[in-house]
Amino acid sequence: MVSPAHFIALSVILFVIGAVGVLVRRNAIVIFMSVELMLNAANLAFVTFSRMHGALDGQIIAFFVMVVAAAEVVVGLAILTAIFRARRSASVDDANLMKY
Amino acid sequence: MNHSIVLAGPAAETTRLVAYWILAIASVAAALGMVLARKAVHCAVLLAVVMLSLAVFYAMLGAPFLAFVQIIVYTGAVLMLFLFVLMIVGISAADSLIETIRGQRMWAALSGIAMLVLLSLVVGHAVIGSAAPASAKFGNGNVTGLANLIFTRYLYPFEITSALLIIAAVGAMVLAHRERLTPKPTQRELAEQRIAGGHPAPLPGPGTYAQHNAADMPALLPDGSHSELSVSAVLTFRTAEAPPELTGGTSEPGIAGPVAPSPTDSHETGEQ
Amino acid sequence: MTGSVHAALVSQAAIAPLHATGIQDAAGLLLAFPLLGAVILLLGGKRTNKWGHLVGVAMPVLAFAYAVAAFVQMLGYPSGQRVRDLVLYQFINVGRFQIPLGLRLDQLSICFVLLITGVGSLIHIFAVGYMAEDPERRRFFGYMNLFLAAMLLLVLGSNYLVLYAGWEGVGLASYLLIGFWQYKNSASVAAKKAFIANRVGDVGLSLAIMIMFLEFGTTNFTGVFGAVHSASRGVVLAIGLLLLLGACGKSAQVPLQSWLLDAMEGPTPVSALIHAATMVTAGVYLIVRSAPIFDLSADARLAVAIVGAVTLLWGAIIGCAKDDIKKALAGSTMSQIGYMMLAAGLGPAGYVFAIAHLLAHGFFKAGLFLGAGSVKHEMDDEVDMRRFGGLWRVMPITWVTFGLGYLAIIGVPPFSGFFTKDPIIDAAFAKGGTSGALLGTAALIGAGVTAFYMTRVMFMTFAGERRWEERVHPHEAPPVMTSPMVVLAIGSVAAGGFLILANRLMNFLGPLTGVPPTLHGIWTRSGIASLVLVAIGIVIAWLMYGRREVAVVAPAGNPVTVAARKDLYGDAINEGLLMRPGQWLTRLSVYFDNRGVDGLVNTIAATFGGTSGRMRRVQTGFVRSYALSMLVGAVLLVGALLLVRL
Repeated sequence: MVSPAHFIALSVILFVIGAVGVLVRRNAIVIFMSVELMLNAANLAFVTFSRMHGALDGQIIAFFVMVVAAAEVVVGLAILTAIFRARRSASVDDANLMKY
Repeated sequence: MNHSIVLAGPAAETTRLVAYWILAIASVAAALGMVLARKAVHCAVLLAVVMLSLAVFYAMLGAPFLAFVQIIVYTGAVLMLFLFVLMIVGISAADSLIETIRGQRMWAALSGIAMLVLLSLVVGHAVIGSAAPASAKFGNGNVTGLANLIFTRYLYPFEITSALLIIAAVGAMVLAHRERLTPKPTQRELAEQRIAGGHPAPLPGPGTYAQHNAADMPALLPDGSHSELSVSAVLTFRTAEAPPELTGGTSEPGIAGPVAPSPTDSHETGEQ
Repeated sequence: MTGSVHAALVSQAAIAPLHATGIQDAAGLLLAFPLLGAVILLLGGKRTNKWGHLVGVAMPVLAFAYAVAAFVQMLGYPSGQRVRDLVLYQFINVGRFQIPLGLRLDQLSICFVLLITGVGSLIHIFAVGYMAEDPERRRFFGYMNLFLAAMLLLVLGSNYLVLYAGWEGVGLASYLLIGFWQYKNSASVAAKKAFIANRVGDVGLSLAIMIMFLEFGTTNFTGVFGAVHSASRGVVLAIGLLLLLGACGKSAQVPLQSWLLDAMEGPTPVSALIHAATMVTAGVYLIVRSAPIFDLSADARLAVAIVGAVTLLWGAIIGCAKDDIKKALAGSTMSQIGYMMLAAGLGPAGYVFAIAHLLAHGFFKAGLFLGAGSVKHEMDDEVDMRRFGGLWRVMPITWVTFGLGYLAIIGVPPFSGFFTKDPIIDAAFAKGGTSGALLGTAALIGAGVTAFYMTRVMFMTFAGERRWEERVHPHEAPPVMTSPMVVLAIGSVAAGGFLILANRLMNFLGPLTGVPPTLHGIWTRSGIASLVLVAIGIVIAWLMYGRREVAVVAPAGNPVTVAARKDLYGDAINEGLLMRPGQWLTRLSVYFDNRGVDGLVNTIAATFGGTSGRMRRVQTGFVRSYALSMLVGAVLLVGALLLVRL
């Protein structure tokens, strides 16, 4: 019997994996993808709770998260492309001009 | 108490259980793989696996609309967008495994574990409860129910997110736009350049061998040396730091050195 | 008279001051004349050089004329109504704190006023001739008039704060006048020394005034003397000792005596007026004025008497070994004031005699100093007595006036000193007990030593062979200088007898200060003993300096002589006890400031700098490390929320 708790646990695990992925990878696109993973984990949590409460509000919110994530990906990748054209490198470590 | 959460009505719990466990393990493994894979394309594909399994979960949780939206929009559009950009940026730029920031991995692992523990505690202490009784809105009436909510309670966010989408699209166009500094050469001009350029014939194609099938492999001339003309200049630049096995065992970078800018490059702005 | 002991004890408090009327109401003139002179001369500058000295002389003379008129008016009042107050100006008027700029004309202050203005006028006239070649003569008279104004303010004040104002004023004038010849380094050093030693005494006086205000709420004489009976013994003793400290500073008593001999760097009229007749007697005035306070504390009186006795011997021993005529006379001044302090420390038994000796001393010491000044002036500013000798033929008037002063000071009858000094010795013995015997013996010995060193001065200066340098051609001083000396000589001869015989001063001053319980006659046992000692002193001095040749170069001398030449190591003691610890303290403070305070501040600054230098390394510029800090922050936040909910 699969209770909502299972889904929440899975959401937590996916979220943490995504967070660690943001920290560990150097390629900007892969970092972006890890962020997407975190968003998806949050979405799963929302839908689970919506099912638990018996209201559709959670699903609405997950829907809006998807919309916003799509917009964010569009703009973010456009920025990445612009940076890549300027610097010829997709590594975030190369953008360290704000160091002391 | 009916704990049924399967979309298609009262089916066996074991189906749900099995589906859950298989997909859960698959998604976790895929997520781990995504974080650890060396090549970016592998990461993208593994993320697709995660997203698809999540779509199944949404279906299991009584959100059929969301499940399809996940597949169509998220996996089908957003992730493909990722792959396009990967193509533009370059797929041969592999991450080295050496961590440049001291202590980053250790601290990342520690905080990851800490986060896991804490969130588990939160989840453990919270009363998760059981699923609500099955009703129409989690089944056939899902779309209607969602539409009801979107156009009444969540109208305002809906309108704003639509504006956001428009702004994002416009913004992306602005950011990715490249201004043309010189007039676009017409076909006649290109042909004239080609004839006058000393090499009227088509350029040789890239070399392909049994092991590698990439467009950046240089073709071999009769005396065994690489042909500069066989690989696009853009790719040449990119493979300047490629590992030796890609360049046929020679230590020289790519097919070597400074390359004369090609007509396609002259349009780029802000080039370093 | 005997029954009036208790009445005498509360006499000053009991006499309620009346308001001044008639001529006495204009007592502000006493201050105005010399002050006006000082202002004209000091602010007028070089323009007043031609006639400045005339103004400088006219002002004290005018003040003296007024003083005589006020005195005559006072004699017209009955004995119990002679204390008159008047207020010039309400200086401070803040609720409970009321300080008027008030003057008090009573028997004690009129004595001092007459002495100051009278002797002062004579010395001013002398100075016209003495400073004739000095281009700064006008400035000199300006400072002298300033001094007169301050001294008059001191003795005329009706409360302790006005007295203190005058006290400080005379200290300032003394500094200006000692260092008058500014180009001489020794003079400016001596002026600083005098000022600083005075300042130490001033601390005592100001603390006493503060205690008075704290305990009694007023510094007015009437108020303080009325309220002092209800004060605790400790408070009265403290006030008495602090007043004694102030008096020691101003009167050059041990332990603050080191400045008086150095003060001889100033011009001789200064030495005569300030450091013989008037300023150095201000300490005695303070003690006698504060009689009601001292009457209540036997310990404070004993302290005063001991200080007086020690100083009279100290000054006498120093005076024996000095070859500088002015320094010898300065040692003598220190010693004579010791006598006055000893008398003042004996309570009502001695107050009148202290004042009598003070007045007589004013005449003969001023005369002696003017004589020394005349000699110095004629000997081309030479002061070493070993280069004098045989001057009696060349400067007869000086010799006669100096000689009369000499006879007065050593106490030969019928000259002044005999009448004024012997009652002090008597009163000391009459005190009884061990203290009385010791004090009396000290005074007796002092009389003998006084005779010795004064005779030494006479012989070395006026008698014997001429030991002059080639450039020196002395002749008698001009009349402007000799006439004041003559007047002072008359005073030296007559003053003592005038005051003591027929109990004139006793009757005049007694109602104010109290009188001795028993009066002795003129010829007493101690009086005869002192005459014998005086004779012995004269004979010894004649044997050493009259019969034998006086050596031109000072011989090495025995240890006592050597010590006396070094002022009985007074300077060395001061340096060792005060100056060196003071310098160590300064150096320690500087060290502390540099290392401690600056170190603390610099360390704080360096800490901040160092810390920020370390902390800026957090800004690596790497996005991933920022992301790591975000995640860590999120972890902490979740943990905190968890804790709170737990």
